[in-house]
Amino acid sequence: MTHEEAATLIGEHFVGAQVQGGSPLAVTVPVDRWVALARFAKETLGCRFFAFSTAVDWKDGGLEVIAKVDNLDNQLSVLMKTRLGTGVSACPSLVPVYRGANWMERECYDMFGIRFEGHPDLRRILLADDWQGHPLLKSYAVDTPHPPYR
Amino acid sequence: MSEALSRVEIDYAGGERLTMNMGPQHPSAHGVFRAILTLEGETVVGVDAVVGYLHRCHEKLAETLTYAQYPSIASKTDYVAAMTSEFAYVMAAENIGKINVPKRAQYLRVLTAELQRIASHLLWLGTWCMDMGGALGGGATIFLYCIRERELILDLFESLVGARLLYGFYQVGGVRYDLPAGWGDTCRQTVSHIEQRIGEYESLLDGNPFFLARARGVGVISRELAEDVGIAGPLLRGSGVAFDLRRAAPYSSYEDFQFTIPVAPEGDCFARYRVRMAEFRESIRIVRQVLDALPEGPISSRPGLKSVAQIRIPKGESYARVEGPRGEVGCYLIADGSAKPYRMKWRGASFSNLAVLPHIIPGHKVADVVAIMGSVDPVFGEVDR
Repeated sequence: MTHEEAATLIGEHFVGAQVQGGSPLAVTVPVDRWVALARFAKETLGCRFFAFSTAVDWKDGGLEVIAKVDNLDNQLSVLMKTRLGTGVSACPSLVPVYRGANWMERECYDMFGIRFEGHPDLRRILLADDWQGHPLLKSYAVDTPHPPYR
Repeated sequence: MSEALSRVEIDYAGGERLTMNMGPQHPSAHGVFRAILTLEGETVVGVDAVVGYLHRCHEKLAETLTYAQYPSIASKTDYVAAMTSEFAYVMAAENIGKINVPKRAQYLRVLTAELQRIASHLLWLGTWCMDMGGALGGGATIFLYCIRERELILDLFESLVGARLLYGFYQVGGVRYDLPAGWGDTCRQTVSHIEQRIGEYESLLDGNPFFLARARGVGVISRELAEDVGIAGPLLRGSGVAFDLRRAAPYSSYEDFQFTIPVAPEGDCFARYRVRMAEFRESIRIVRQVLDALPEGPISSRPGLKSVAQIRIPKGESYARVEGPRGEVGCYLIADGSAKPYRMKWRGASFSNLAVLPHIIPGHKVADVVAIMGSVDPVFGEVDR
């Protein structure tokens, strides 16, 4: 399957999805279609390889969650994106679809404070359990010391 | 003490569950990694992996450094294969800025990346065999052999860059240094020497019944699990998936070189060992081809930097990935047109590879945990970033 065919298929199944061509294929869907898109990518497009997931803090634009999956047989890559909306930090979890999302979403929670609903084990992963705040938010100052001091 | 005692559950069937802490300073961790194992007798039934001891928040750091400053910091993520992470970062910046890289610089990047793969695999083989130590008839033998050979590659890097571990060799638009006089001949001698030694290691290990008992059928990763968790590199190819970014999505002129992608279908520790041993020889093959065909010309498409803020990358985003010694090392970069990135995400190969441990360790003995950990070849600078 080429990237163009995949773009057409996604356009048919996800009305209102923004699809940008090229490799990887960037697809933006509303947050309520997030898990459906992942399931579609895995089962219909054959993207069974979970490369990574992360988030971006767009300040006034709110948080954006991103995940990339690949089909290793035909080099199809899909970069899935969803905007959570201003002030919202809840997102459905992809762990039921991809087991690789487990640690990646824990890192996302650690760094951005995003609560992944349906995640089996949402704890901090890189920072200490008693850490205050979420460092990759743009509001988290980099030049002032943060407790706990170690 | 009381908490440790309260965690022992004894039932009347004679079964007993014990929680055992392994790490964070366990020699087989190859860094700082803590595994909280739940045991039934000698058998592991549950693993809680604790990472993050080396966390420096590279991704926040990258937002505060310019495109010229960060590459030498990038090498501190995977410090065993420092060339690889620099490579991914500069490629991401070049993709967004549509910056051309001269052919000679592309070849030099391939050359150093392949030498780095050999050095990294040597460290893996040495430490892994030391983990399984006594069983191989002489603890540190293979470790010392491997370190001896790895030194030769570090010597090559030292005469090229001036540093032995963390290089700062790559820069946006090319590489920083050209080969010194006579370097190519030394490099050829070194790889020929190492090629011969690899055969020696294999003769020590391939027919060693103790080694086979520790490696065969241990830590099996199925193809389905491998893809679902997103493990890459020799682990993925050791599970029967012939996927290598150098072939699947060639970058930096990899399409110019002849090499094969070693695959083993079994998915156990021994399959991963076979794949990496074959990769040594393929890397040596590529190094020789680069030296034979190295074109003349400039080594960077950019003039020398007068100030670190000189590189301006236009607004845009890109995901650049390279095939590192441990698999897909990716850099997802969002540029906002200023001198520094808006957001940078590392896809550390070791992070994804390590995430498979809780799925494969249960059911094995404690001693096998050590063998499996070593076969995954994690570098904790890259896991924790």
